[in-house]
Amino acid sequence: MLNQTQPLVTLQNAGLNRGGRWLVRGIDLSVRRGEVVTLIGPNGAGKSTTAKIALGLETPDEGSARRTTGLKIGYVPQQLSIDWTLPLTVRRFMSLTERVSNTDIREALDDVGIAHLADAEIRYLSGGEFQRALLARAITRRPDLLVLDEPVQGVDFGGEIALYDLISEIRSTLGCGILMISHDLHVVMAGTDSVVCLNGHICCQGHPHTVAKSPEYRELFGGRAATALAVYEHAHDHTHLPDGSVRHADGSLTEHCHPEDGHHHEHDEEHPALPDENTHA
Amino acid sequence: MLDDFFVRALIAGVGVAVVAGPLGCFIVWRRLAYFGDTLSHSALLGVALALLFDTNITVAVFGVSAAVALSLMLLQRSATLSSDSLLGLLAHSSLALGLVVLAFMSWVRVDLMGFLFGDILAVSNTDIAMIYAGGLIVIVTLVLIWRSLFAATVNLDLAAAEGLNPTRANIIFMLLMALVIAIAMKIVGVLLITALLIIPAATARRFARGPEQMAILAAVIGATAVIVGLFGSLEWDTPSGPSIVVAALALFLLSLLSVIGLLTRRPAPQWDKRS
Repeated sequence: MLNQTQPLVTLQNAGLNRGGRWLVRGIDLSVRRGEVVTLIGPNGAGKSTTAKIALGLETPDEGSARRTTGLKIGYVPQQLSIDWTLPLTVRRFMSLTERVSNTDIREALDDVGIAHLADAEIRYLSGGEFQRALLARAITRRPDLLVLDEPVQGVDFGGEIALYDLISEIRSTLGCGILMISHDLHVVMAGTDSVVCLNGHICCQGHPHTVAKSPEYRELFGGRAATALAVYEHAHDHTHLPDGSVRHADGSLTEHCHPEDGHHHEHDEEHPALPDENTHA
Repeated sequence: MLDDFFVRALIAGVGVAVVAGPLGCFIVWRRLAYFGDTLSHSALLGVALALLFDTNITVAVFGVSAAVALSLMLLQRSATLSSDSLLGLLAHSSLALGLVVLAFMSWVRVDLMGFLFGDILAVSNTDIAMIYAGGLIVIVTLVLIWRSLFAATVNLDLAAAEGLNPTRANIIFMLLMALVIAIAMKIVGVLLITALLIIPAATARRFARGPEQMAILAAVIGATAVIVGLFGSLEWDTPSGPSIVVAALALFLLSLLSVIGLLTRRPAPQWDKRS
């Protein structure tokens, strides 16, 4: 078994140079078991590049990237297109890189809310459904380290919250470390242990509170983004699951969210309160 | 009554088709049709070299195809030319080079048509042994690297990140292609090998629900094409290699008809509607 406190992956002063240009440089970060580290930053900041260095897909030209031996990785890449010539059902896709039992497949698909699509062909899935299938595939491997490159792209807002909840749940049930790239500042800032704000280099990093207050972060994302954390922290006490039912903070499930059942707080009918600043990251 | 040579042709042809089917699926999935063409065209250079140095033709063809495949992999990495230009350059220059070298060797009498279009009716027992031994190697290896190769076909980064070795699988796949071309050349000839790889796989795609199913179907469809094509060539006295390809094409067209029939008869499955 892997050591509990030792980092699963460590980047030290890592940099990647392509065609004489540094895509990223001076990256220091580590992910431990049970820890969620989120990379944020504008387009071209090197978020995916940093993730690829951490995964070992790119060898740093400077500095080092170390992974513990025998590390089992689950990866959700940012871009994955399935050629239409490939006959591939969701079920077969689940055991793409290793054989997985039917029970595990059903469980994982159930977790992400697409159990009914097990025998559907991948190419007929919508963007959001495909993203859920990708996440299910990565978690069904029971990895030590989960690397998620924009795991909720194309997922509707209610589903997004449910998936982020699932991701933090996975962290505790599997006890894995999670390295995540995300654009949803308001969610990231609340569900993350450590935020690394990238812009070719690390512009700031640390606990979400610290990062949100730092001048570098405000400069990069604009003053309005700083309120993203505050917006989220009005604390949702329930989430809307994909099938329309509602999960409350105490874990109970109901068909709807009734204001009188004591589970409710102020927000509009259908969706968890949309932050009035939908961040422009 | 069937003649001996005809039975040998059937056995050899079915053997090649069964191996070509699954490999052809990867060529279809990875859009490597032109790559397959390039490798098979370069096989003629292998023939020329084998005659020049008086070595075994199958071994020489495998060597040249493998060398071309691996150098293509390297060239694509340091690409200064687009892949399709690079492939076109290699395919036709190696074919031309092969023809020129053959022409220079006035002392050997070569049945050029036999190499270009195959001469399945002339297969010997040794050829059959070569086909089945080589075919067995290809199938066993393919089964061993199947998961890595398939995962790498879906997404290279994903396969690599999750601990498979996609680069090794890709290199082995190239070598298997070279081996299949070396053993299939006698059956359909260098100009038509790609057809035997691609057409059965394309036909299988219309019925398959999963990759493994598609590979097996492609093998069955390829074997059927060989049998139908050979009996056709016997019946109408047509050249055997091209007849096999025509039979494969006929099966493909039939599959189009049956798919149209299925669509009009049965309502589309539920998930079709949402796309």
